Amino acid sequence: MHELTVMQSILTIVLKHAAMHNVKKVHAINLLVGKLSDLEAEWMQRYFDYLSAGTVVAGARLNIEWVPAVLSCEVCQTRVEINKVNLDGIICPACAKNKFQLVSGKEYHIKNMEAE
Amino acid sequence: MSEIRLIEIKEEILTDNKEEADKLRKKLKDRGIFLLNLMSSPGAGKTSLILRTIEQLKTKFRIGVLEADIDSTVDAEQIAAAGIPAVQIRTGGFCHLDASMVMKGLDALDLSVLDLVIIENVGNLVCPAEFDTGAVKNAMILSVPEGDDKPLKYPLMFNICDVLLVNKIDYLGLSDFRMKTLHERVRILNPRITIIETSCKTGAGIDMWSAWLAEEIKKIENEGNINDE
Repeated sequence: MHELTVMQSILTIVLKHAAMHNVKKVHAINLLVGKLSDLEAEWMQRYFDYLSAGTVVAGARLNIEWVPAVLSCEVCQTRVEINKVNLDGIICPACAKNKFQLVSGKEYHIKNMEAE
Repeated sequence: MSEIRLIEIKEEILTDNKEEADKLRKKLKDRGIFLLNLMSSPGAGKTSLILRTIEQLKTKFRIGVLEADIDSTVDAEQIAAAGIPAVQIRTGGFCHLDASMVMKGLDALDLSVLDLVIIENVGNLVCPAEFDTGAVKNAMILSVPEGDDKPLKYPLMFNICDVLLVNKIDYLGLSDFRMKTLHERVRILNPRITIIETSCKTGAGIDMWSAWLAEEIKKIENEGNINDE
């Protein structure tokens, strides 16, 4: 249930930018969220609607672009996308080693907003 | 109706917490205090591990404990009974601790007489992984009865920890837990993690864990001394 904290953080940031740009209404917020996060789009929107009621952001749609979880081979830097339910037997397709560094999948980023 | 504009924001969500956490880390470093964030699911053995750690390290370091619980003081009472200053942070329904809650909890401890503070985070493998507490190191416990599939379900937690304690190894004979599979799954998510197999019941592996922790505390102390010179 940390959706509420995350949504509060999004709302605070968006309200700050809305005030800076004299925004009357926010229609949509475009987010980048890593696939390793446990957030669910439906719940994010529901919590967000609850928190944003009565502000210029009320009713704004959250557009979430999910960023894949990608590993980079520590030996040859080849990139491999992973699915979190299947971590068994992953080896680098180029050099067959199995030492990796996670390079994406943990994103929590607000790109922009559509507003008037 | 006015025109719809696209306004660039380009900000990280949870930046506020990250900034608070960095501030806290710096403050504790200046005062020579090592903060450890201990996480696991409920019942994996966080309190038992802390009691074992106190037994092993209380002559070397002055220890304090921050106990986070949604709504009870049972754990803090156990720690206090071991003669260690313990503060209970009731999160009031919150599923995790963030840096500002930790800061508040630390205010209730006399930091001038402490070298090591252990945070017992809320029992949960999801939310605590997202919130930087300001700790120097993150530790997690996975207990054998929970199963070797947990890295598949909670990958972020395994990714952000510096050390994993596989606890309750005295149960291995009773379960189909595959230790080798677990190690492989964890290393895919986090190749640099230290994995230590323990049993808080029999005491197996506790010396290795205590040695790891003592070593990490010394590293920070030495860094502080270098900065002082």
